[in-house]
Amino acid sequence: MTNTDYDTIIIGAGMSGLAAGIRLAHYDQRVCVLEKHYTIGGLNSFYRVNGRNYDVGLHAMTNFTEKGAKKGPLARLLKQLRFRWDDFQLAPQAGSAIAFPNIQLNFNNDIQLLRSEIATHFPTQIDRFDRLLSELIEYDDLKQEDFEVSTRQVLAGIFTDPLLIEMLLCPLMWYGNARQDDMDYGQFCIMFRSIFLEGFARPFKGVRLILKNLVRRFRELGGHLKLRSGVERIDVDGCHAMGVTLEDGTQLTAKRILSSAGVVETMRLCSDSSVVDVDRTGELTFIESISVLDCQPKKAGFDKTIVFFNDSDKFHWHQPESDLCDVRTGVLCSPNNYLYDDSEGDLEAGFIRQTSIAHFGRWMELDERSYRQQKMRWYDLSTQAATQFVPDFRRHVIDTDVFTPKTIRRFTSHDNGAVYGATKKQLDGTTHLDNLYLCGTDQGFVGIVGAIVSGISMANQHCLRSDL
Amino acid sequence: MTPAEIRDEILDILSEIAPDEDLSDLEDAKSFREQMELDSMDFLDIVMELRKRHRVQIPEDEYTNLASMASTVSYLEPKMKDIIKA
Repeated sequence: MTNTDYDTIIIGAGMSGLAAGIRLAHYDQRVCVLEKHYTIGGLNSFYRVNGRNYDVGLHAMTNFTEKGAKKGPLARLLKQLRFRWDDFQLAPQAGSAIAFPNIQLNFNNDIQLLRSEIATHFPTQIDRFDRLLSELIEYDDLKQEDFEVSTRQVLAGIFTDPLLIEMLLCPLMWYGNARQDDMDYGQFCIMFRSIFLEGFARPFKGVRLILKNLVRRFRELGGHLKLRSGVERIDVDGCHAMGVTLEDGTQLTAKRILSSAGVVETMRLCSDSSVVDVDRTGELTFIESISVLDCQPKKAGFDKTIVFFNDSDKFHWHQPESDLCDVRTGVLCSPNNYLYDDSEGDLEAGFIRQTSIAHFGRWMELDERSYRQQKMRWYDLSTQAATQFVPDFRRHVIDTDVFTPKTIRRFTSHDNGAVYGATKKQLDGTTHLDNLYLCGTDQGFVGIVGAIVSGISMANQHCLRSDL
Repeated sequence: MTPAEIRDEILDILSEIAPDEDLSDLEDAKSFREQMELDSMDFLDIVMELRKRHRVQIPEDEYTNLASMASTVSYLEPKMKDIIKA
């Protein structure tokens, strides 16, 4: 065998691709992970500017369960990848909030806090909230046909106060809804469990620690990782993928291909496909305004882990109608405000990160000079909008950075810089070819834990079972 | 392998799959599912580890034999008796 023939080729060295790679290499497959970018992580990557470490995607890891928990996606991924709970050094959140005009619902990793907040602010809705809790679908019971039901319809059949519906949707859409305005009910159940019933956590060292663990394990098991190796096309013969041709002309062959590039993006790579279903491409992309403070954020009055805000009673989950961004809704997160172990101390600087909805096309059209100007302008407008809901921290700011849909596109290669990928998910991971499969964002799970579980389950279902 | 050696091997696989789990008080007659809350993905892993380590093949319709330690050892005994413990 030469070094150009593999059992499985994986496209993309993000969380899902690396996790799938570990599973397959553990069971002695020859695996190659191909990454277009010069660094790993995809959406969940990291970078260093002016001597400071920044994370790209990570605000929080959702799906947090305490050490010893035997159920849930975190427990499953630890077992499947043979990690210990302590390997990820997860610290739980300090406490978060959903803030709308004149009303705030606090929540943390214990659902009882959210429940009591709803009982206080929405006394007529609490029995209905309990009904929703009992009707959520389990992770393992999600079927494609139940998945695509309208969440707004389901919630309108349970709650009678529309404001509570908007407030519950706000964090769940922000952290994982690829569709505009409404959400697939399957996705709602996944997000509800992962955020409200499980919870937020973060490793002190950020996403680096998780990626380092994954890459080290993958390499120890003999897996190949090729950076700056963009796939030019997937070579197709009939209904079968033969391998890939890289942008530099190198040809690799494999028994099967697992792609985390996204459903539309993967179809476009196939040498046989002339028509690509572009309607599935997601439209939702973001800018992220990062503030570095001269103190820990709680000294500046920001003591929450995450605040999801919206400036009116109706939640605006739609791409901007006419401008580069829409800052009427946003998410503020401080990586400092987690309950880190005392031995770790405080993070090197105070950080507040803020995400706002952006328009991909308008950001891409800007020339270099206006791009830089608009970054500064939208940093100002977004932080200004936030001060309606959190203490004004701006006089503490000593450095800023903004990343845009252009940045997201560079890290993820997703069309439109769509952070949560396609609007229609492919839960079983299959494609029109009999040995090409999808994993990652477009298979259905989002977030770090979700992406890892996606890689694991697609590797198990499509790349390991066939060998049994 | 003797039944005792097979039992040790299964314990080793379980401790690799669930390193945070205390296996010292595992009861052989009680199901893994009940004691460790193993799910179908975990059972598939036990099967795959046995294949990887010892080339033991277990058909899918026989996975039910892996319910508890006692049933697993007695099911594997004829399949593994000729394997020399490394």
